[in-house]
Amino acid sequence: MDLQTLKATCTEIRKDIIYMLSKSGSGHPGGSLSIVEILEALYGYKMNVDPADPKKADRDRFVLSKGHACPALYATLANNGFFGKEHYDGLRQLGGILQGHPDQHKCPGIDANTGSLGHGVSVATGMALGLKHQGSKAHVYTLLGDGESQEGMVWEALMAAAHYHLDNLTIMWDWNGLQIDGRNEDVMSLGDFPAKLRAFGLDLLVVEDGNDLSQVIKALDTPVTPGMPRGILFKTVKGKGVSFMEGDAGWHGKTPNAEQTAQALKELEG
Amino acid sequence: MSEKKATRVGYGEALVELGKVNDKVIVLDADLSKSTMTTYFSKAFPERFYNCGIAEANMVTMAAGMASTGLIPFCSTFAVFASRCYEQIRNGVCYPRLNVKLAYTHAGISVGEDGATHQAIEDIAIMRALPGMTILAPCDAEEAKRAVFAAAEMEGPVYLRLARLATPVFSEGMPFEIGKANILREGTDVAIITCGLMVEASMNAAELLAKEGISAAVINMHTIKPLDEAIVKAYAAKMPLVTVEEHSIIGGLGDAVAAVVAENGGKLKKIGINDCFGQSGKPDALLDYYGLTPEKVSASIKAYLK
Repeated sequence: MDLQTLKATCTEIRKDIIYMLSKSGSGHPGGSLSIVEILEALYGYKMNVDPADPKKADRDRFVLSKGHACPALYATLANNGFFGKEHYDGLRQLGGILQGHPDQHKCPGIDANTGSLGHGVSVATGMALGLKHQGSKAHVYTLLGDGESQEGMVWEALMAAAHYHLDNLTIMWDWNGLQIDGRNEDVMSLGDFPAKLRAFGLDLLVVEDGNDLSQVIKALDTPVTPGMPRGILFKTVKGKGVSFMEGDAGWHGKTPNAEQTAQALKELEG
Repeated sequence: MSEKKATRVGYGEALVELGKVNDKVIVLDADLSKSTMTTYFSKAFPERFYNCGIAEANMVTMAAGMASTGLIPFCSTFAVFASRCYEQIRNGVCYPRLNVKLAYTHAGISVGEDGATHQAIEDIAIMRALPGMTILAPCDAEEAKRAVFAAAEMEGPVYLRLARLATPVFSEGMPFEIGKANILREGTDVAIITCGLMVEASMNAAELLAKEGISAAVINMHTIKPLDEAIVKAYAAKMPLVTVEEHSIIGGLGDAVAAVVAENGGKLKKIGINDCFGQSGKPDALLDYYGLTPEKVSASIKAYLK
């Protein structure tokens, strides 16, 4: 693994996210920019996937439970060879493969239709259970938002993941502290979030900087405890990499204008 | 006609038979296996049965995840929870076109004593609205078995509507093809189109009508979606139609038939639950109260034809 190459790809992914969202004029930059290192660590390093055979049976799976952050996933898939960047211009456009929220039948490399918050952990738990049932060694990863964890179904799924001892499942959080209406703390407090997750039976890691590739990779490489689902809380910065978007809930679902796009790309190019 | 058996029991038995010949079949339940009769499967194939606890939303979506790995999950709970997890069924199962079979029992008012909270009268309506959903409502335990095998045979989501109440088994030897209705009785004055437990009631109603000189055809529309429109059109061209269902008159079999009649011509009366919730009572008392016994159905049809 070459950390410098992965880092360079993360910069490309961020530029592609800004390009796509600016072009479409609709979509979610904040929560896309915060998860870039996590996604590139998965697709560029950790996961057993093959862009030439995106549906191969024994592949590792990834479920982007926070489906609105799909520009990050699309850019990661494109930069890892799943499809050409010419599709970027079709983001959220009629007939495009890059739907507003991911569609497994339209876009190569997408393992689950997501976007309705709270579903992803259940889907991933089902996948992990189904793969285990069939003796597969494949691993399933899912990534959700902190705000999303206000959905009760998330906790139903966590119970099931622990109950069925799914050590082939890694449940990850983009813990940036913000959601559409503001801070988690103000909208609906998650309380002692790590304690809650541990109480639900996760073998939990907390990563202090989820936008630091080496920390992300270290967490993903930490061996699982047999019989326990792995949880990883990645502390991240919403809007990471674009100064005026960082830590501002206002950039959850708003796209940059021409001037802002130019500035964002300039910052990313360094 | 002597044996009485609930369609949920036919379902439970069929799952075991299916499990023997198809190792991709797995079963999920939400702490109701002794009521939905998936308990037969859990005993026969404990390693292929997954209890999800009292958490229906997770069960449905987990089944979707399992289906995406190539398994054929049958998911069971009470039909009233079709609405509880509707969005999971919509976005988790139907939109990605996953091979999940939702076999929900305790549909209709014949649930009885548990009352309105547990009597699904709108499940067909909401399932009909979902693109790609197939809806089967078998008339007896034997037809339930055929429906289970047909559901497993086809690729894609299926909603199987099953009942709690033990009712006569009379469908031996009948064919079962998804989307193709069975004509159980020919007639010339009126055609009764029906499904589920109301098939037997309609056959008996036709018998009562015959005694009064009214010749009624009876059509078992076991598949509500995709509807056998050809048979509806054919009968609508010849005689007035009556639909009979243990479901709200809004959005169910009656409205599915009404849409065909509205576009192609014909006359139709819908018999069902008249836009109200059920209540507690013995199943037979409830069926009588809501006008779904052979006597009440035949009286309604007679009044309609006047």
